[in-house]
Amino acid sequence: MRMERVSMEPKTIFEKIWEAHVVKSAAGYPDALFIDRHFIHEVTSPQAFDGLRSRGLKVLHVGRTTATADHNVPTKDQHLPIREALSRHQVETLRKNCTEFGIELYDLGHQYQGIVHIIGPELGLTLPGTTIVCGDSHTSTHGAFGSIAFGIGTSEVEQVLATQCVLQHRPKTMLIEIRGTLGKGVVSKDVILYIISKISSSGATGYFVEYAGEAIRSLSMESRMTICNMSIEMGARGGLIAPDDTTFQYIQGRKFAPQGKAFEAAVNSWKALCSDEDAAYDSVLRFDAGDIAPMITYGTNPGMGMRVTDRIPTAAEWKELNERESFINSMDYMGLEPGSALLGKAIDYVFIGSCTNARIEDLRIVADLVKGKTKAVGVEVWVVPGSKQVEEQARREGLDKIFEAAGFELRSPGCSACLGMNEDKVPPGKYCISTSNRNFEGRQGPRSRTFLASPLSAAAAAITGVVTDVRSWMGEKSQATK
Amino acid sequence: MMTKGKFTTLLSTAVPLPQENVDTDQIIPARFLKATTRDGFGENLFRDWRYDTDDRPLKNFVLNNRTYQGKILLAGKNFGCGSSREHAAWALYDYGFRVVISSFFADIFRSNALNNGLLPVVVEDSYLKECFAAVNKRADTPFCVDLQNQNVTVADGNPVPFEINPYKKACLIHGQDDIDYLLSLRQEISQFESAHSV
Repeated sequence: MRMERVSMEPKTIFEKIWEAHVVKSAAGYPDALFIDRHFIHEVTSPQAFDGLRSRGLKVLHVGRTTATADHNVPTKDQHLPIREALSRHQVETLRKNCTEFGIELYDLGHQYQGIVHIIGPELGLTLPGTTIVCGDSHTSTHGAFGSIAFGIGTSEVEQVLATQCVLQHRPKTMLIEIRGTLGKGVVSKDVILYIISKISSSGATGYFVEYAGEAIRSLSMESRMTICNMSIEMGARGGLIAPDDTTFQYIQGRKFAPQGKAFEAAVNSWKALCSDEDAAYDSVLRFDAGDIAPMITYGTNPGMGMRVTDRIPTAAEWKELNERESFINSMDYMGLEPGSALLGKAIDYVFIGSCTNARIEDLRIVADLVKGKTKAVGVEVWVVPGSKQVEEQARREGLDKIFEAAGFELRSPGCSACLGMNEDKVPPGKYCISTSNRNFEGRQGPRSRTFLASPLSAAAAAITGVVTDVRSWMGEKSQATK
Repeated sequence: MMTKGKFTTLLSTAVPLPQENVDTDQIIPARFLKATTRDGFGENLFRDWRYDTDDRPLKNFVLNNRTYQGKILLAGKNFGCGSSREHAAWALYDYGFRVVISSFFADIFRSNALNNGLLPVVVEDSYLKECFAAVNKRADTPFCVDLQNQNVTVADGNPVPFEINPYKKACLIHGQDDIDYLLSLRQEISQFESAHSV
């Protein structure tokens, strides 16, 4: 593989992978970086294909790009034509482009269809040591496997299709270490919401993050993906975790992963993918896992988060005038009182889904918590699996029965209510506790109000109908930090 | 990708939007990303801040206030955070903006802007405050953005320098784009692939 470079200078895993992919590095120019794996979806690719057509270009390596339909798709009656004309047109355009250029498409109805960042890993397309891009900022998810994965714009999608390269400035490196053991009721979503609340929604802009430490190492691949997924929410170009046995076990036997002897050889080379001792980072942050509690956001960017038991800040706590004004606007939008508590606040919707938290593990911990219980009166609960494979697995395990008995609606795979682009929208003024990644104004539908939280906290709120500290009724059940 | 025209110097008034952390979902909400071409996104620029749910213009939003006009958007820090949608850059350009001045831009937005002939100009926080103050005092305050010399001048003040990658600067000035450069590397790419047996 590519890691055979011998050098005395200690390097971070990020530097090792980056340097192994630089096709050309010239003074005054961004690096031309070779891309191993490219994912596309219906929203950010049509203009890129138009660009190819207008320049008379072909896709350089059709086998390195994989397509799926996720953002626009309905999560009910997927066998019927998409009702909304523009969404239908966009999905049809993807179909047409993939046929014309020869790209594999996991279309609606296909057994591998799903959210682009869920299907890559589950199909074994996401591998350690590789470079991965997609016209979607949550491409950072794939970093959980020890890869350099980041979101790009449509112009860059066109570059990758035509040349299998992108032009990128090399970001700075940041190490975020979480020491110790996570407490009861605290899952990986809480870890990342905690980090973002500490460093703000722009705290890692210009950096590529490496997550490390005992608390990260102990996490499953699903949980690691949740953390890497939200790297972009603190502005980071991406986030990665060095691969280990947990990673290799997850990959083994997956459809497109190396098999047999090739897998063994791959694991041997992947084992070299770690940061050298004494490797230097541009920034290092350390946190104590014991300080992390179940988290919730109260505002309109993911940095506006707190422990579920905390009170919302007051206006006076924001020192700069602009910050204060932005905070007041945000509270006005959310219909919340500065200085008040969120615990006990009534919610209208619960959304369990998105590329952040729609993997099988997420559905399992929700089912485990709500088994034998029913949702609160007046609350609507959507459980949207991240892929057809997750959906099938959930049914095989009987999770669908648990959800049905609880009054939760198990839907078909897609981005769903994460971004208000398909039919699944939270109505104006309504509160939704959501396992997705963004609480921006209107993100879940015009004038919708979002509280970001973990699947555990969302499940608890579905049952109580209010913002709840999941620890208070979890008993001694040990959860999810598997 | 097509760089839209060449950029050298822009003399214009500015539109102030001091809100911080303006994310790309505000610049262009997801439900307007369904077009399959690059045109017409300006109509829905800042849609949910510009119009109420019945599509009536909201009077207190700056784009609905005729006092403020121009091809320069003055924006609060961390402009363009969130989604990687290039549609945000297309919407700003299509509406008529050619420059965004802020003290801090999100990474992906900045690349997308540069790839579309929209110049992101980063200035110090303190200078950004002065810019807002100047526009608040006189909406017709002229701004001059000189890309060749890499500076901004407000009214008859002193030119203030800004940084830009020399390659990206040349692309804007000559109306070239990244794909032209990458296509010129075909041989290097092919050599890289053979050398790394990828």
